[in-house]
Amino acid sequence: MSRPRVKLPKKAAAGEIITIKTLVNHKMESGQRKDKEGNTIPRLIINSFQCNFNGTPVFSCEIEPAVSANPFMEFTAKVPESGEFEFIWKDDNGDVLSTKKKITVA
Amino acid sequence: MTKVTKREFLIVATGAAAAALVGTPNVALSAERVQARIDEFLGGQTAQEGGLTLEMPEIAENGNTVPLSVSVDGEASENRYVESLLVLADGNPEPGVATFHFTPMSGEQRAATRMRLAKTQNVVALAKMNDGAVMKAETLVKVTIGGCGG
Repeated sequence: MSRPRVKLPKKAAAGEIITIKTLVNHKMESGQRKDKEGNTIPRLIINSFQCNFNGTPVFSCEIEPAVSANPFMEFTAKVPESGEFEFIWKDDNGDVLSTKKKITVA
Repeated sequence: MTKVTKREFLIVATGAAAAALVGTPNVALSAERVQARIDEFLGGQTAQEGGLTLEMPEIAENGNTVPLSVSVDGEASENRYVESLLVLADGNPEPGVATFHFTPMSGEQRAATRMRLAKTQNVVALAKMNDGAVMKAETLVKVTIGGCGG
């Protein structure tokens, strides 16, 4: 799990709804594939994602193996005030990756 | 609404029949699993048609990464928002795709991602509002190259 990328505007009007796009590198091994010897390759996927604004939950999801490699998520958020969005990804190994983005309400 | 239940039942029934004929228990199994997930999500409620939009391409050339977009009419508010939105695929080895959770801070209740489709199949979306009401949408996606490895 690496290179979290988040796209959102730097500025918004109070109460404006913005679109957020996120992408992270991850193989999303489904647990369905077999290696050359015919052994099942164990499942290793990002199983959850969440987005908070100033500590308040905005959007989250539980992810299953049918989500493509390098999972992409697009959603919207209402911006009541200036603050910081936090994005958190977790995988089956318990690894956690997070990133933050500030937004200014003019 | 009884129609949907009947249809779901028929999918399971035909799946079972096909499996008995061809000897591929996976078909029946996956339909049963999808129905089990739907029943679990509904929790005794009846799903309504309308209000929920599931957008996917009619034909997906590459099943490894098929765009998926779901949205529920109306802006999220303290009084009305989508608590959970479940997406299932009836032709994949595992039926689950993702469960989205919105909040009063979500703005539009819309989410998009990219998913794997092993073969041509139905994708089902179910949205549960904070008051317990459930909406359903379904679409068939034709897949040219499957996307689950093997």
